[in-house]
Amino acid sequence: MSVIELDHVSRWYHNVVAVNDVSMTIGPGVTGLLGPNGAGKSTLISLMSGFLRPSAGTVTLDGRPLWRDPSAYRDIGLVPEREALFDYLTGRQFVHANAALHGLADPASAAQDALAVVEMSDAQDRVISTYSKGMRQRVKMASALVHDPSVLLLDEPFNGMDPRQRMHLMELLRRMGAEGRTVLFSSHILEEVEQVARQIEVVVAGRHAASGDFGAIRRLMTDRPNRYVLRSSDDRRLASALLGDPSVRGASLRPQGGLEVEAGDFGRFVLILPRLAREQGVRLLEVSPTDESLESVFAYLVAT
Amino acid sequence: MNATIVRLSARAVLGRRRGVLLVILPLVLIALAVVVRLLAGEGPDSAKIVVGGLGLGVVLPLVALIATSSVFSPEMDDGSIVYLLAKPISRHTVVISKSVVAFGCAVAFAVLPILIAGLLLTSGRPQLAFAYSLGALAAGAAYTALFAWLATLSRHAVVLGLVYVLLWEGLVGDLVAGVRWVSVTRWASAIVEATGGGAYAASPSLGVVYAIAATLVLVVGLTYLAGRRLQSFNLTGDE
Repeated sequence: MSVIELDHVSRWYHNVVAVNDVSMTIGPGVTGLLGPNGAGKSTLISLMSGFLRPSAGTVTLDGRPLWRDPSAYRDIGLVPEREALFDYLTGRQFVHANAALHGLADPASAAQDALAVVEMSDAQDRVISTYSKGMRQRVKMASALVHDPSVLLLDEPFNGMDPRQRMHLMELLRRMGAEGRTVLFSSHILEEVEQVARQIEVVVAGRHAASGDFGAIRRLMTDRPNRYVLRSSDDRRLASALLGDPSVRGASLRPQGGLEVEAGDFGRFVLILPRLAREQGVRLLEVSPTDESLESVFAYLVAT
Repeated sequence: MNATIVRLSARAVLGRRRGVLLVILPLVLIALAVVVRLLAGEGPDSAKIVVGGLGLGVVLPLVALIATSSVFSPEMDDGSIVYLLAKPISRHTVVISKSVVAFGCAVAFAVLPILIAGLLLTSGRPQLAFAYSLGALAAGAAYTALFAWLATLSRHAVVLGLVYVLLWEGLVGDLVAGVRWVSVTRWASAIVEATGGGAYAASPSLGVVYAIAATLVLVVGLTYLAGRRLQSFNLTGDE
């Protein structure tokens, strides 16, 4: 059972702050590190894997500072985001080399076991340069698992994977978490994270925006006010009908045509909109969210 | 030293296209030694031009540069070195293991060819050929440590290494006498002078004790600094 602890950690590069006063505890089980691109997820994983010195604060694994302590890698398996591997080796040679570098007593059998776990035994004797993106990801995974670490850190592991490979990796991560390992993976896709992780840590613009059970995070994200632009056969009539419903906080006619609506209760709004339009005899021509980008969702989380 | 890193590094340097350059450069040196022997005859003067000038001055630093950059730079550039660094192995061990492979290449593809070229041009006085090899051995170790440190320091290690060899060792070293105190080639020349049995005179002269001490300080110091640099290796994602 291993615990990674970040205590008021900041990291800046010259005058750019990548991580800003983040405190979090990552314990056994699967934790998802969620945030938009550029939020500081990779920086956090670098800090947690001892590859970056915190500018302020401390990062520890079971109480031991991670920076400049190679012995910590006995307990850590790292799957970096970058795809580069030792392309001139076969998958088996690569995983075997990783096992040997860990000083395992029987690197050959450890490599075989790790390759079997990620279902790469069939392709293990092919040169890595011939592997698909998903196969590379799995070999990276095998190299991280070969020494049976208690901590597994994965940076955007689902990037570039096809749905089948994605399902397989999700299952693998769930299993690792159920075995009591501390598994942390980063992603910018909420659906991806909530399928695997019970615990979610949200980072936005280098700040720790939210932390908790995926259900709570999901509610935070979907219950926020949503803005839509509607175009219809009679915008004014539709606006007055919508304002009569408690799910709508505001509606305004746009000078260039169309109607801008702010919905307070997303779930109710999507149900009553078509019904109200039909009742009023108004034809809906367009319904488009104006701030559905993940960035705006995260921005909302930061503001709350 | 770590045997797995040595093995991986050897494959990295010999399995790539630039490995061909490692073979071509010494072949050119030996071919030129044969031509000079046939056309101008052997002797300390011929040896000084071919073995000292081309061998010690050009082939050795270039071979050391190619070998060292091959074991360090590609992995540093594409980030795959993280698979060596995320292990319970000291970063100095990583540097030493890789440097041993680069130095081995320098011995095989520069020091030995220098010995062969030296023997071709000084068959009457093999002591001079061995003296050149000793000088090359010391310079090979110094260049390897220097280029390894540069590789951990910058993505442009090859360019920096070339600039160092051509400008500092070549041009400035010839123009400014004081540079000999901080020039790998001049240290090697001092070793050749001291062990060549009077057949080679380095000008201006430099004490052999200083030359050996300076080489040792440079090798140990820069290997330590390269290890320190790797301790701060920054694993950056695409953010």
